[in-house]
Amino acid sequence: MSKLIYATDKGLYCEAGDFYIDPWRPVERALVTHAHSDHARWGSNKYLCAEPGAKVLRHRIGQDAQIEAIPYGQKLTLNDTTISFHPAGHILGSSQIRVERNGEVWAVSGDYKLDPDPTCAPYEPVRCHTFITESTFGLPIYAWQSNDELFTDINAWWEKNKRDGKTSLLLAYALGKAQRLLKGVDTSIGPIYTHGTVESLNQVYLSSGVTLPETARLSSMPRGTKFAGALVLAPPSAYGTPWQRQLNPVSAAFASGWMRVRGIRRRRSLDKGFPVSDHCDWQSLLKAIHLTGAENILVTHGYSQILVRYLQDQGLNAGTLSTQYEGEEETSTAEETSSDAVSKSAEETTFADGRDSADEIESAADKVEVQE
Amino acid sequence: MKHFTRLFVALDETTKTTEKVNAMSEYFSTCTPTDGAWTVYLLTGRKLRQLVPTARLAECVKEQAGLSDWLFAESYDAVGDLAETIALLLPPPTNNSDVPLREWVEDRLMPLRSKPEAEQKELLVKYWNELSTSERLVMNKIITGSFRIGVSQLLVVKALSKASGVDEPTIAHRLMGDWSPTEEFFTGLFSSDTQDADASRPYPFYLAYPLEQEPDALGEIADWLAEWKWDGIRSQLIRREGKTFIWSRGEELISERFPELMEAAEQLPDGTVIDGEILAWAEGEVLPFNLLQKRITRKSLSKKLLQEIPVALMAYDILEHNGIDVRIQPMNERRKMLVQLLTPGALDAAPSCRGQLNSIFRVSPSLMVSTWDELAESRKNSRELKVEGIMLKRADSAYGVGRRKGDWWKWKVNPFSIDAVLIYAQRGHGKRASLYTDYTFGVWHDGKLVPVAKAYSGLDDAEIRQVDAFIRQNTLEKFGPVRTVKPELVFEIAFEGIQHSPRHKSGVAVRFPRIARWRTDKPMQEADSLETLSSLINGGSSQ
Repeated sequence: MSKLIYATDKGLYCEAGDFYIDPWRPVERALVTHAHSDHARWGSNKYLCAEPGAKVLRHRIGQDAQIEAIPYGQKLTLNDTTISFHPAGHILGSSQIRVERNGEVWAVSGDYKLDPDPTCAPYEPVRCHTFITESTFGLPIYAWQSNDELFTDINAWWEKNKRDGKTSLLLAYALGKAQRLLKGVDTSIGPIYTHGTVESLNQVYLSSGVTLPETARLSSMPRGTKFAGALVLAPPSAYGTPWQRQLNPVSAAFASGWMRVRGIRRRRSLDKGFPVSDHCDWQSLLKAIHLTGAENILVTHGYSQILVRYLQDQGLNAGTLSTQYEGEEETSTAEETSSDAVSKSAEETTFADGRDSADEIESAADKVEVQE
Repeated sequence: MKHFTRLFVALDETTKTTEKVNAMSEYFSTCTPTDGAWTVYLLTGRKLRQLVPTARLAECVKEQAGLSDWLFAESYDAVGDLAETIALLLPPPTNNSDVPLREWVEDRLMPLRSKPEAEQKELLVKYWNELSTSERLVMNKIITGSFRIGVSQLLVVKALSKASGVDEPTIAHRLMGDWSPTEEFFTGLFSSDTQDADASRPYPFYLAYPLEQEPDALGEIADWLAEWKWDGIRSQLIRREGKTFIWSRGEELISERFPELMEAAEQLPDGTVIDGEILAWAEGEVLPFNLLQKRITRKSLSKKLLQEIPVALMAYDILEHNGIDVRIQPMNERRKMLVQLLTPGALDAAPSCRGQLNSIFRVSPSLMVSTWDELAESRKNSRELKVEGIMLKRADSAYGVGRRKGDWWKWKVNPFSIDAVLIYAQRGHGKRASLYTDYTFGVWHDGKLVPVAKAYSGLDDAEIRQVDAFIRQNTLEKFGPVRTVKPELVFEIAFEGIQHSPRHKSGVAVRFPRIARWRTDKPMQEADSLETLSSLINGGSSQ
């Protein structure tokens, strides 16, 4: 009998249930862990997700998509399997998908975190025999600070910029990270404006029942509005664009787990980095894996080989599973607009491990060949 | 430690020099003199000898964080900096302290060196446990003796000047030579009594603009003095009050680097300031620039090195003569004074390159040509003569301040040369298979470095080994054979042609790029921009 879930060229496939989980090519039936573009792709016939994430998913993959949603924890029979969605704590509606066949239980975590996040349901461990986990930040150098410490830092940065007469431009994923940050900052410091991409997702969050502080779309402000002292939330792709000019003088900060390492921040020539992620840090990954009680651990995107080797050192049965998920991109342009996201084909996928930088090398190498 | 760490973070978090200067000046205005002294010591790149062996530091953090060797190695590999890796791996602190920097360095860290291993480890753990992640990074950097955070000596000088009201050349002078980071030293830096620095003070350098058109647009050749553009270290040699000072263009005192010039300068009368180029020079010829760089970068100048790399001062201007500032005198008059001073009796007899006063002082010869075409012909010999091209100076011009258009032009033989930053590296082939010798270079565009050229050649073996070591210690990412390198090293990249290319991410393609030299004197922020590179496209051929 084949494995309950295995990787194909279209995505993670469950043969017994005849469905895919987060497929990267169009399929008949897709179960979706969450709406980030590397997990929720356009083009499949039927989608199934957890209820709190239905509106976000619709926003990302289009009004015409056939999306079915069930509450967290509710069991559903699909062919020979029973499936259910369980909170993953990553973004609104994010889920781990539990798949059971004849008492054998697998859990696919998608992306997840253990740290508290007021914009989504907290991570819930799923007991299973086989756990499929991501490993975006699977190195012990990655250790997140508490939300209290994080927001103390962000607020202090905003206040200082305000004193210096600058706009605070906070760059973060438009889906999930932006709302989490919005909900945590001290709104008494000043007004908060949003980039259009962030604002439209704020609206989806609001309509999904998440309360958020008041914000205004930057582009809706009259010409000549001064933004000094304000906080502006924008996706990373807005950095260094002409759009940013209206914010001058500005201090830009990138909110990303990668900002934990100085070199990565400095390479991007950013003033400030806040190490915050909606993924697990090293200790959380280990804790989550322990909580599942799983005998077998399959590791997807990130520092998978390192995590696998560590788990094997601990006597666990661990291996890697090759997927096209990206985790938190260091040079992210993935979480831009929904239209960008859906048009991105699997072949164009870039990887958090710097594969897109490799492309630059290739082009540099081409250049030499052409010239010499 | 908290105050100093805040400064460290502030400096680390901006690439703008004005903000760096402001942060430092604010710090220097409020710190205690002893902390200030140590801060100047660390920021100007002075190092304590390694206080605890690297392997022991690693050992200690592995024990604390419960990590195996390979997991520590992977972490180090991902971060690329030992001090930072350790700071990130340690478990969160359970104590908190705010001990002044002086006490940290003098009473806590320096004594570590002489302690037995067990006690060293015990103390390290105790100290780490009092500090935040950034403070730990600072502590580790002090221990490992690597404190490079993108602040040049020049910026420290500016900040001290701003905080103290003492002018920059005085501060620069006070920071030279041997000093100890003491309270007296720091209060001395701030002293308004500037007598001590007067004799050493250089004049601001006058800089040439690249020639943007054909030289005949400059008018009659008779109105111009032409000479070779030497490829050395632009310097001012000052002889006043029986003392000699040699300043580089970066206003760094480099006297100690050139003892033979110091000795020869004793023959010059007091009240003399000469502008020229220090060259590595033997048997009437310029030696390669990288040899000259050794004279600057080597920690100690051995007799052997002095013998192997002799130097000369190729003088081309005089700014002070008999104690009088002569910068407003016309160029041709100044030149006469210079010739008379350095080659007495040979007034303007060509070639004036014949040294008389002391063969180490040479007067940059005038190119005696009558037409621009003749000059263009001469210029073709530049490569052979190991010069960068031709300098054109208006005969009746005064010696100006800074870079001004109009009176001084540089007509380089190869205008296609940019300063770019090493961003990716790949291993070489054949005998260089174990070394990273294939480099990709980037220039600035919108605050980022975009790749523009790949080059394999141009460095000598010793330099390749140095760059290779840097790459291994500063790899940010690996993908296959390629490493992303911490952008820091700047190289002058020479190339023969450039054109638009939609196929390349940068939008331009360069022809036959190669490394002209390693610009150890340039911080990466000063590398060229894509705009500068693109502006060369319509500049014609390389000749």
